Amino acid sequence: MVEDISKRTEYRNVVEVSGPLMVVEGISDVAYNEIAKIKLPSGEERLGQVLEARSNRAIIQVFAGTRGLDTDQTSVQFTGEVMKFGVSRELLGRVFNGIGEPIDDSPDIIPEERRDINGDPINPSAREFPREFIQTGLSTIDGMFTLVRGQKLPMFSASGLPHNNVAAQIARQAKVLGEEEEFAVVFCAMGITSEEANFFINDFERTGALERAVLFLNLADDPAIERTIIPRLALTAAEYLAFDEGMQVLVILSDMTNYCEALREIAAAREEVPGRRGYPGYLYTDLASIYERAGRILNREGSITMIPILTMPDDDITHPIPDLTGYITEGQIVFSRELHRKGIRPPITPDGSLSRLMQQGIGEERTREDHSDVSNQLYAAYAEGNELRDLVAVVGEEALSERDRTYLKFAEEFEERFIAQGGDEDRSIDETLDLAWELLTIIPKRDLKRIDERFIDKYYPG
Amino acid sequence: MINEAEESIKKISKPKKGEEGNIIKVAGPVVQAENLRGAEMYEVVHVGEEGLIGEVIELEEDVATIQVYEETGGVKPGEKVVRTGEPLSVELGPGLITEIYDGIQRPLDMIKDETGDFIKRGVDVSPLEHEKKWEFKPSVDKGDDVSTGDILGTVQETNVVEHKVMIPPDKEGTVKEIVDQGEYTIDDTIAVIEDDDKEFEITMVQRWPVRIGRPIADKKAPGELLITGQRVLDTFFPLAKGGTAAIPGGFGTGKTVIQHQLAKWSDADIVVYVGCGERGNEMTEVLRDFPELEDPRTGEPLMKRTILIANTSNMPVAAREASVYSGITLAEYYRDMGYNVALMADSTSRWAEALREISGRLEEMPGEEGYPAYLASELAAFYERAGICELHGGREGSVSVIGAVSPSGGDFSEPVTQNTLRIVQVFWALDTELRNKRHFPAINWLKSYSLYLDQVAEWWGDNVNENWHTLRREGMKLLEKEDELQEIVQLVGPDALPRSDQFALQAARVLREDFLQQNAFHDVDTYCEPEKQFRMLQIMMEFHDRGMKALEEDVKVDDLADMEVLEKLSRMSNVPSDKWEEKYGDIEMHMNKEFDELMEG
Repeated sequence: MVEDISKRTEYRNVVEVSGPLMVVEGISDVAYNEIAKIKLPSGEERLGQVLEARSNRAIIQVFAGTRGLDTDQTSVQFTGEVMKFGVSRELLGRVFNGIGEPIDDSPDIIPEERRDINGDPINPSAREFPREFIQTGLSTIDGMFTLVRGQKLPMFSASGLPHNNVAAQIARQAKVLGEEEEFAVVFCAMGITSEEANFFINDFERTGALERAVLFLNLADDPAIERTIIPRLALTAAEYLAFDEGMQVLVILSDMTNYCEALREIAAAREEVPGRRGYPGYLYTDLASIYERAGRILNREGSITMIPILTMPDDDITHPIPDLTGYITEGQIVFSRELHRKGIRPPITPDGSLSRLMQQGIGEERTREDHSDVSNQLYAAYAEGNELRDLVAVVGEEALSERDRTYLKFAEEFEERFIAQGGDEDRSIDETLDLAWELLTIIPKRDLKRIDERFIDKYYPG
Repeated sequence: MINEAEESIKKISKPKKGEEGNIIKVAGPVVQAENLRGAEMYEVVHVGEEGLIGEVIELEEDVATIQVYEETGGVKPGEKVVRTGEPLSVELGPGLITEIYDGIQRPLDMIKDETGDFIKRGVDVSPLEHEKKWEFKPSVDKGDDVSTGDILGTVQETNVVEHKVMIPPDKEGTVKEIVDQGEYTIDDTIAVIEDDDKEFEITMVQRWPVRIGRPIADKKAPGELLITGQRVLDTFFPLAKGGTAAIPGGFGTGKTVIQHQLAKWSDADIVVYVGCGERGNEMTEVLRDFPELEDPRTGEPLMKRTILIANTSNMPVAAREASVYSGITLAEYYRDMGYNVALMADSTSRWAEALREISGRLEEMPGEEGYPAYLASELAAFYERAGICELHGGREGSVSVIGAVSPSGGDFSEPVTQNTLRIVQVFWALDTELRNKRHFPAINWLKSYSLYLDQVAEWWGDNVNENWHTLRREGMKLLEKEDELQEIVQLVGPDALPRSDQFALQAARVLREDFLQQNAFHDVDTYCEPEKQFRMLQIMMEFHDRGMKALEEDVKVDDLADMEVLEKLSRMSNVPSDKWEEKYGDIEMHMNKEFDELMEG
């Protein structure tokens, strides 16, 4: 991905190598963020990026790590440009590594254009507000925290929970009702195991989605520093496919926690002033520069819908990574270890899950007129049932009133029938809402305060 | 303060403009350049070959440290830095209303025309349209004596906003010439003022440095309610015009929804909405909704009184830092015309983080959680620009500031929340647990407070009902009691409570679910006028009082819990404004009848 630079000056004055960084002196004409090519004593070549440019000195982060670098023979050439990635329609069906080189033994791509991987922010006044309902076929998501086209909706999971299965199921089943449009999946792996990556690849293969997918793989044993680059490569590809080629692109980023760890590693090596838990103070800004690339643009066909996956360290939702993510993304899908333990699959909990763009994406003509009210009622009833469970633990079920017992029953049934569903079970939005009504008959009818009377008349079963 | 501002303004025309230095270091948004002796703190400079906009934030000998408002990738040491001789300023004049700007007052629509759907750097666009002609109507005559803040004439800026062309803060004298009514651009001279021997020309546009507050004659004590149409706010935790409020809450607790509700329904004349480091799609939502939504007071689209500033999270961090200052300066300008202005900043935490990021790059000694030690004073200085003011020119105007705070991990003990609470008078605490129960707005009534209660009591008395203060207190008492009782219930179950307490829980539930909760997405419920709020609360408290009396007559708690009126109470909020008076009367009658029957039977 780097042009011929053989005529450029080769600098040998490496004065310091530390962690993922190296310092080279005696240079001139080097730009901030410029890409450098580093030649090791062994003859091996690596890429790096300028993190700080001074008149005669540059700090470079070396993507593939600094092992084997020395301060004697190692040489550096600057490429004269920031990191770019060649885009074209031919990206579909291809696999790339963390610095954008193809790793699938197929010939190199002849790009339409080489683009700065950092992209440019979408002008807020050029954005189109996302409001097309995406049916994922999962009742909890469609019914209670609806995904719309152009939204960024992360999965807050934790180690040992089946977030990959859910992400793959969404990639498989997601559709906009009544429309046949070109779709594509961009999958970006950051520090996940080859087993996890293979799970996705096999699933895409099984369903024929692979030829509509672009894969970017940085696995657990690949250089950690490349994890700070790879999501930007993936999003550059996604932006091209969506906004130039007019495709509906679903981007899956897994696992953002590893991305943030890599960022922290670089910040620590640079001896920067740390923010919370050692993460750099600009973590929010940095994450935003990734997440905000999702969206829709006025008068353009395509869209980028983003599902970043992150594992919450120690299941802690207040940890900086989920916390800052939640402040940027338009909601979140939270996985619960408790539900998982109970055997509820997928263990997606309404407790804490949310979709901010839902209100505009549902209702008459989009999903169904009663959707919003039903969803609110489900939330409220489940929350109340859950609260009563705590009470039962203290005073026993006998102490509860008749009304309270119906809520307990509701919570049980809701988990077992609404949340739980098969890995290949694709429920339509009507099926989801009808199921919700059926479950709501468990609690007293006059408690359905969140639902408009006319919907109760129309949809209440029986 | 006036002098300081005058000084800053005067420098605009001095010959420092155009002096050049050279970049010696680039690291993210912070650039250092040498040969800049004489550059001043907070002066605006153009950085590099593309002329990126930056601001001087540190000086040492001839080296200036500059925060750059645009991306710096590809910028090289050796490139030039050009001085403008001017501090970061905004352009003030007709044409601001309905506009959407980035953090340094560049119109996003113009940027779009220049660079397409994505924002590229190095764009130089003017904040106001200089070619557009406005109908100017003079209101002074030749020979009139005028001074700072006096109105020379007016321009109908939108259907609802009359723009007043004022004498700029540092000028006074006699009107030597004033143009006739007619169409003029903002650069046309509309008046000539003579002061002793000097003469100066006045146009419809002025510039003002964003980091300095515009001068006022005096500050007054806020007392008039800022009507928001949100029951929990107006009735329980009211904000006064010219006051300050903070809304802290973890993600997903509804900060942005509340800010949008306030921008939509609060009875300010002008709304300045600053989207500071937040989501792009949310700004798009405002852009799409506001031109369509109708202002309940004027019947005109809400956009006709709104200015938007959008520096979303992926736009450059230094411009985010500037965006709140740009916003409040615009707000002050309209305040000076005598308007009540409300400024919403969503979110001040992102602004504080921008401070932290820049401070980190300067390698300053960090305070708590890496924030700079001057965080508290910066926050205080910002909120202090709010207020209801007596103005030069003999008018009165106000700026109310409502800042959202996004505490990390939803933990209110973090520095931004704590430092904000030390300054603001109203605290609307958002609560994750309420959010999980779908109790919206998720404002915790036990943690929130308003220090304007006594001040706005008079307003409520004059405009709605003198019993507001008492009724509110009783409502609060009931809610507090519920909280205490809930703790007992958690230990022993509800049956162990005395009957009166069991009923108190029932009545509190009505208040909580049917009064405090309000559906922002419901056509009717989204706005609730103060009279309606009062009446709702009155009927609900009557339910409580009559229920308590009924218990004394040995009516069973279960019978009270089964009353038909409960369902009617729960649907009170959805009664449209032209029907509620009648309908509420019916509900009250029905309720009393039901109580009568219970007590007889």
